[in-house]
Amino acid sequence: MESINPILLIASIMVSATPILLAAIGETVVERSGVLNLGVEGMMITGAVVGFAVAVNSGSPGAGFAAAALASAVLSLSFGVLTQLLLSNQVATGLGLTLVGLGLSALIGKPYEGMKSPTLPKLDLGPLSDLPILGRILFSHDIMVYLSIALVAAVWAVLKFTRAGLILRAVGENHDAAHALGYKVVRIRLMAIFFGGACAGLGGAYLSLVRVPQWTEGMTAGAGWIALAIVVFASWRPWRVLIGAYLFGGVTVLQLNLQAAGADVPVAILSASPYLVTILVLVIISARGVHGAPGSLGRPFHPGL
Amino acid sequence: MIALERRRQPSRVWTWAAPLAAVVLTMILGGAMFAALGVAPLEAIRTIFWDPLFNPQFASYSRPQLLVKAGPLILIAIGLSLGFRAGIWNIGAEGQYIMGAICGAGAGLAFYPASSVLIFPMMVLAGALGGWAWAMIPAILKTRFGTNEILVSLMLVYVAESILASVSSGLLRNPDGMGFPGSRNLREWGSAANNELIADTGMHWGVVAAFVAVILTYVLLTRHIQGFNIRLSGEAPRAARFSGVSPARVVIFCLGTAGALAGLAGFFEVSGPAGQISIDFNSGYGFTAIIVAFLGRLHPVGILLAGLLMALTYIGGELAQLMLGVPGASIQLFQGMLLFCLLGVDVFTNYRLRLSRGETA
Repeated sequence: MESINPILLIASIMVSATPILLAAIGETVVERSGVLNLGVEGMMITGAVVGFAVAVNSGSPGAGFAAAALASAVLSLSFGVLTQLLLSNQVATGLGLTLVGLGLSALIGKPYEGMKSPTLPKLDLGPLSDLPILGRILFSHDIMVYLSIALVAAVWAVLKFTRAGLILRAVGENHDAAHALGYKVVRIRLMAIFFGGACAGLGGAYLSLVRVPQWTEGMTAGAGWIALAIVVFASWRPWRVLIGAYLFGGVTVLQLNLQAAGADVPVAILSASPYLVTILVLVIISARGVHGAPGSLGRPFHPGL
Repeated sequence: MIALERRRQPSRVWTWAAPLAAVVLTMILGGAMFAALGVAPLEAIRTIFWDPLFNPQFASYSRPQLLVKAGPLILIAIGLSLGFRAGIWNIGAEGQYIMGAICGAGAGLAFYPASSVLIFPMMVLAGALGGWAWAMIPAILKTRFGTNEILVSLMLVYVAESILASVSSGLLRNPDGMGFPGSRNLREWGSAANNELIADTGMHWGVVAAFVAVILTYVLLTRHIQGFNIRLSGEAPRAARFSGVSPARVVIFCLGTAGALAGLAGFFEVSGPAGQISIDFNSGYGFTAIIVAFLGRLHPVGILLAGLLMALTYIGGELAQLMLGVPGASIQLFQGMLLFCLLGVDVFTNYRLRLSRGETA
């Protein structure tokens, strides 16, 4: 058990939480607009494979991230068209998106199995990185870790202080009222879905380019679903999404470290622990009662003629 | 400008035509995908949908496979369809399938190498119970605490997978297997084997169970009050509550039935076609069954047909991999596309297209 270094442990929590954080903050925006997109897993894994493939071929992880965001966002539009324009059931379509994403990623990823990709360099923040303990924990990561936190701040600020955020929330709370006020419900939701797709793609790419960094089929292993659970856990609030993601990052890192250190706990329980903790958290949250889901969440919108 | 206008009642024609249109549309889109992969599209479609049934060279092998693959898909999809009708989204059938297999095989292997006609029925029961118990977790959490059953049932798939990995290299490992992971082969043990009932048809007990489930569910939905309550809960939840339907009971019944059927499917698979518990025992039937349920319009007879069609894509897909070098993942994508197409085409069941001048939006 002595082989676990607490400083390294906490530092790696930030890395392991980043993919879920990116996906979850995107889904928060989608759900605040009243759309339940259960396809996060499918979009993440598409982002993971596209990001990896582009980074390997171009030699640039930055290009990989950009391509991943674009690919997942475009994929998410298929969900958008089906649910917003063709009024399909959001739960079923989201599941379909996950199945399509898993198939598509396996198809694209086949030639890339076992390859190595260029990965993001750690930022050198000068004296900050040299601080004892804190420097190692907080100030010696790659740029995406900080970008993901900045994204949380941006989403929070936009939702809370801007007109665009107010309109988005209005559409999510009551789409009939928003429509009556003249807002383009479908267009706003499509934009939210596109944004959510891009975020999930970034999260997936972070997984295949930084966290692992390799491509293996089905490598997201439920991260997208955990991101969905975190949005519920966070009561649809950005800063709580951050807390939730870091909490789950902590559980994941801890169980991996315990496995590596050969702790006296069955491996099955350790490897199932992130999922068990997710269930536990969902139960605690739901047992508390009302928790602020957007009023129109998951309901189809048809502006009757 | 084209706008959608809600129909007073769902179109009867489109209720039937939508799945067929979706299949045709998927063939076109899938053909384009195969062309992009450098495979002749028509040949690929023919290899998937025609050759397994009618090609004299392959049909004798692949026709029996149709029932072998369709059995578990139909069994699971029938269970899922009950919940989907009531607005209960159990998407963790894969986990219930795994737990059914583990419990059924485990209960039998405890008596190895005894020989008795009672062993197989006991294993069937244990398999159903295993799946049922696994589905009761999201059911009870939903009824007690209002926890989201979608996320819980799905998380339990991953938990079941780690249990599967653990037992196949631990508790259920074959003691004579020279340390390799994987249980004893149940097909080599007469009392527990789920072999073909009629030679060269692929008909095993799991397929029989699937047909029975189709008939019973049809009766349940059309003739029994519980079936009516399930439909009512999905279509008009408020009306259901006013008429005294207990939402909790519907949740428990739907999830329980789905779990038991998925557990049965898992057990019949492990004691028949798969033969043993191993780390990669599960092959995604629990997720494909979601497509089957929707393609069959949540109707028992529809699910029967959809299950056979989906089984055909599995077998034809394997054939296409072998003959044309099509990547295996393209079949998975093809199945996903089928669900997407269906959901898209389905708009015509409830809406009609209308050309409007566009001044009213």
